[in-house]
Amino acid sequence: MTAAEQAESLAAGETTSVELTQAHLDRIAAVDGTAESGVHAFLHVDAEGALEQAAASDARRAAGSPAHALDGVPIAVKDVLATSGLPTTCGSKILEGWVPPYDATVVRRLKEAGLPILGKTNMDEFAMGSSTEHSAYGPTRNPWDLGRIPGGSGGGSAAAVAAYEAPLAIGTDTGGSIRQPGAVTGTVGVKPTYGGVSRYGLVALANSLDQAGPVTRTVLDAALLHELIGGHDPLDSTSVDQPVPALVAAAREGASGDLTGLKVGVIAELSGDGWQPGVMTRFQESVDLLVKAGAEVVEVSCPTFVHALAAYYLILPAEASSNLAKFDAMRYGLRVVPEGDPSAEEVMKATRDAGFGDEVKRRIILGTYALSSGYYDAYYGQAQKVRTLISRDFAAAYEQVDVLVSPTAPTTAFELGEKLDDPLAMYLNDLATIPANLAGVPGISVPAGLADEDGLPVGVQVLAPALADDRCYRVGAALETILTDKWGGQLLEQAPALEGLSA
Amino acid sequence: MPEPISRDDVAHLADLARIDLDDAELDHLAPQLAVILESVASIQGVADDDVPPTSHPVPLTNVFREDVVVPGLTAEQALAGAPASDEQRFSVPRILGDEQ
Repeated sequence: MTAAEQAESLAAGETTSVELTQAHLDRIAAVDGTAESGVHAFLHVDAEGALEQAAASDARRAAGSPAHALDGVPIAVKDVLATSGLPTTCGSKILEGWVPPYDATVVRRLKEAGLPILGKTNMDEFAMGSSTEHSAYGPTRNPWDLGRIPGGSGGGSAAAVAAYEAPLAIGTDTGGSIRQPGAVTGTVGVKPTYGGVSRYGLVALANSLDQAGPVTRTVLDAALLHELIGGHDPLDSTSVDQPVPALVAAAREGASGDLTGLKVGVIAELSGDGWQPGVMTRFQESVDLLVKAGAEVVEVSCPTFVHALAAYYLILPAEASSNLAKFDAMRYGLRVVPEGDPSAEEVMKATRDAGFGDEVKRRIILGTYALSSGYYDAYYGQAQKVRTLISRDFAAAYEQVDVLVSPTAPTTAFELGEKLDDPLAMYLNDLATIPANLAGVPGISVPAGLADEDGLPVGVQVLAPALADDRCYRVGAALETILTDKWGGQLLEQAPALEGLSA
Repeated sequence: MPEPISRDDVAHLADLARIDLDDAELDHLAPQLAVILESVASIQGVADDDVPPTSHPVPLTNVFREDVVVPGLTAEQALAGAPASDEQRFSVPRILGDEQ
């Protein structure tokens, strides 16, 4: 059942939140396993807390006062969001066992709306990665093929939803970490407009890029969750003080499959040579379906997008090196004390060496370099100018069209370990998703089918102007409706690995 | 074009970033950083001097609230995640070096 169907079932009195929550906990117990044996989508499962929240939800509903349409529907939360009373590690050894004394605003809104929190999902350490192999607690596996990556950095959230361990999950998207895992696991992933969902309590990787958002199995479910977590938050200085657009209404409108009057731009720079043929075939089919649905499709050029990857891999490490300076072994987290009578600085160095993994060290040092005297203008300063050019490309494109589309990722899920020693190859996975983060515009990835050559999921990405997130939902829902009719059901129902897991 | 990054540069940067890398880590990281920097160097010259830099996708403004007292974390909550604490304070290693 989708989250919307579970909510309907709760409203109709056909099931209880305790039953739903227990069913998902059972599923987690059956398939999640360990990094060696199962999906390993979760780092922490809070069965007791989730069941308590579910019982409270059932009591509210029995009294005739549910807090929200999704009251009682369980959810999983990426381990980068602070959860009071529940460990928050960001996939890092440096925060092993840390329990925050407060809730992130997103988490607080989930709790106030009555969604039982099943647990915290696995991720690349401090959200640095495209495969969830950089988690200090071992990788998550793709439910479509346990030998493959679930995408990153939010592979845990995507895999939990794909493996039916949770109907809903929260992810964060700094360069594509909701959309790219969505694409390679056959789920729906949304990066809202920057500032559209509060970042308070989200452990920052790169402040100017990070954005929390929904991971679900349907576009409607994403819209329901996005409307719940979105909206202004005075605790976050980057929060946009504007009402959330009518996302659920847009998803329902799109589900009619009619896009008459809509202009869609295919981004010329985000397809073609170097892209997996099966990805391009499914993408082209999706474009053809948009035309059949009544949309007018034109090719649009965004010439500076070819520099987005380089700009991103200078801006992100620069911000990350500054953000991660807070892990200094003094007030929280790991402390490694060398022998003798070490100074605070020596303790700090030893702790950061032991607590951070390779990818985090790589990016901290890269960021320190990009910000250092003599190189600042050549690297970081230029990257910020390229960011201006990318925003201008988007603005020019949106003068011609209502939304832009591209494949979400250049390839389907690759094999675990395949790109671990080649950071550049790993970074290329974010090629199509990064421009939206640099410009702050919203994007959705919806399943587009399976690549012919490997039978693995492909995603198509729909991008809209800032604060026009509703357009993503309208187009995403239309595509989903047409494709689901064609497949005779959800794409996830075709996942062979899931059959093995349900045994 | 800046000079290619050397192993010594990486060691110096690690020192600035307060990360105690050992020789094996330096051997592993230095060549990777050189390759990454060579790749991102393509960004130089893309934008002219007249292009303003963008540090943030939305304009930032200060957020103010009324100056009223609201409950904060208790000392116990604030210290709950501390590696070491003593008498309601964070206990930290020696701050000053031998020469001070």
